[in-house]
Amino acid sequence: MIGDRRRFTPLQRLLHWLMAVCILAMLFIGVGMASTVMPIHLTLIAIHRPLGIAILVLALVRLVVRLRYGAPPLPADLPLPMKLGAYLSHVAFYALMIVMPLIGWAMLSASAYPVVLFSGVHLPPILPQSDFLHTLLWNAHFYFAFLFFALILLHVAAALFHALVRRDGVFDAMASIAAHDEVAPAE
Amino acid sequence: MPQPRQSPARSAFAFLVLIAVIIGASAAAFAYTAGFFSPQRLTPDRMVDAFTPPGGEPLGHRKNHAKGICFTGTFEANGAGAALSQAQAFARGQYPVLGRFNLGTPDSNAPDATVRVRGIGLRIATPDGQEWRSAMVDLPFFPVATPEAFYALLIASASNPDAIKTFAAAHPEVAAFGAWAKSAPWNASYAEGRFNSLNSFVFTNSAGVDSTVRWSILPAAQPVPVSPDDLAKRAPDFLEQDIAERVRGGPQRWTMVVTIANPGDPTADPSKAWPDDRRAVEVGTLTVQQIEAERDGPCRDINFDPTVLPPGIRTSDDPFPAARSAVYAKSYDRRTAEASYYPRTAAEANP
Repeated sequence: MIGDRRRFTPLQRLLHWLMAVCILAMLFIGVGMASTVMPIHLTLIAIHRPLGIAILVLALVRLVVRLRYGAPPLPADLPLPMKLGAYLSHVAFYALMIVMPLIGWAMLSASAYPVVLFSGVHLPPILPQSDFLHTLLWNAHFYFAFLFFALILLHVAAALFHALVRRDGVFDAMASIAAHDEVAPAE
Repeated sequence: MPQPRQSPARSAFAFLVLIAVIIGASAAAFAYTAGFFSPQRLTPDRMVDAFTPPGGEPLGHRKNHAKGICFTGTFEANGAGAALSQAQAFARGQYPVLGRFNLGTPDSNAPDATVRVRGIGLRIATPDGQEWRSAMVDLPFFPVATPEAFYALLIASASNPDAIKTFAAAHPEVAAFGAWAKSAPWNASYAEGRFNSLNSFVFTNSAGVDSTVRWSILPAAQPVPVSPDDLAKRAPDFLEQDIAERVRGGPQRWTMVVTIANPGDPTADPSKAWPDDRRAVEVGTLTVQQIEAERDGPCRDINFDPTVLPPGIRTSDDPFPAARSAVYAKSYDRRTAEASYYPRTAAEANP
């Protein structure tokens, strides 16, 4: 695949789809656990914390990979606003993928909650206890979660638009995690 | 880029509709998970709202057990609990405790004599970095069997007497609580209170053996029965004054006892006490050494969430700790956001 600039690298595609599953699960778990007092509340929280940290680690790896390998160019005939939207949405995704877990971690720190990853394994607090910071971070975590999901919906809509309506190869650039470039975009 | 299409306009429109359906369905699934379509779902917000007293939410305070006083002290484990749980808190040794005596009321200004249920929150920290948080009350058993029933009780209590009758008919277990509230002797000191976990938890020892347990702390001070009429004549904060005075005179102590369920005991239902003959192990002594301020003290922004547990203790099939965790967290989120209604007095207050 050397010289193939039409698609993201296999590592990038792997990270994308792995994180897509993690982040979607994370958002559903988040709104689910916050809306019930049933025993599943504890199960969901027990998944939410380590999954969030896993997403943070994956996002940092992914950022390095992205800076190293870049992204394939968008079709030359794509209107400028769509190109700009694609660029800005990617920036927003990277920001949210990194910031959301940090906010969650900081929020638990500010409320003097142990940041439990697994039974007996804690992360250190990254902020001192503070009701002011806790409130600020709680609000950020809450609203960013809905923003994140809205951004994902926009992203999926755009991806499907490229795949089904424009058929311009943008979707294929990320579509498969298979290493080989079997399918060339319609040309 | 040339694109092979069969019937471009029509298929493009069909695909746009398909995309809209996919996005709409995804948004609906998310909203459903978040409870937007489920007005009957028992959410932490609804449960906290149900505690709201007639005078309104106690802004800046805990939404229940709103009135209290903080303390620091120690838990000295005698080592006997290590056979039941590998938690370091049970290994022979002395561990720092942060705690809070409190009244089971959402009214932060309630006169002490008016509140039937008293409680204690504890946070035991161990050198391995773990914490064991617990919140106990002086009831011998919980009024109802499930969080849903408790919510219904709160709603019924806030309505007319008929609602309570209807509730009691549907939840006969609440009669035992009514009998306790009428007949159990009152006393005039937090130091004379026996406090119980009510909920069951699972202890795991270093050999991996599980035991389902409940725990209590038994006062060293002899309870002196006092009539409610006598209590009503005392100062509105007599419990706080009393405990501060006693602790100034010397540390106050409780013995922690862990009771182990037999197979078949109702571990999931805190409204059912276990028979008296169950094996009970004294595991250590709680010592209250210093009373701390409530408003500016170290308990204020601590959530005594009973699911903050060290390895060696975990939740059981009792549904209450999960509900309490969710609801305490909501109470915490609200009261920390309302801090300006309960301003600190200390100069080093939070920004």
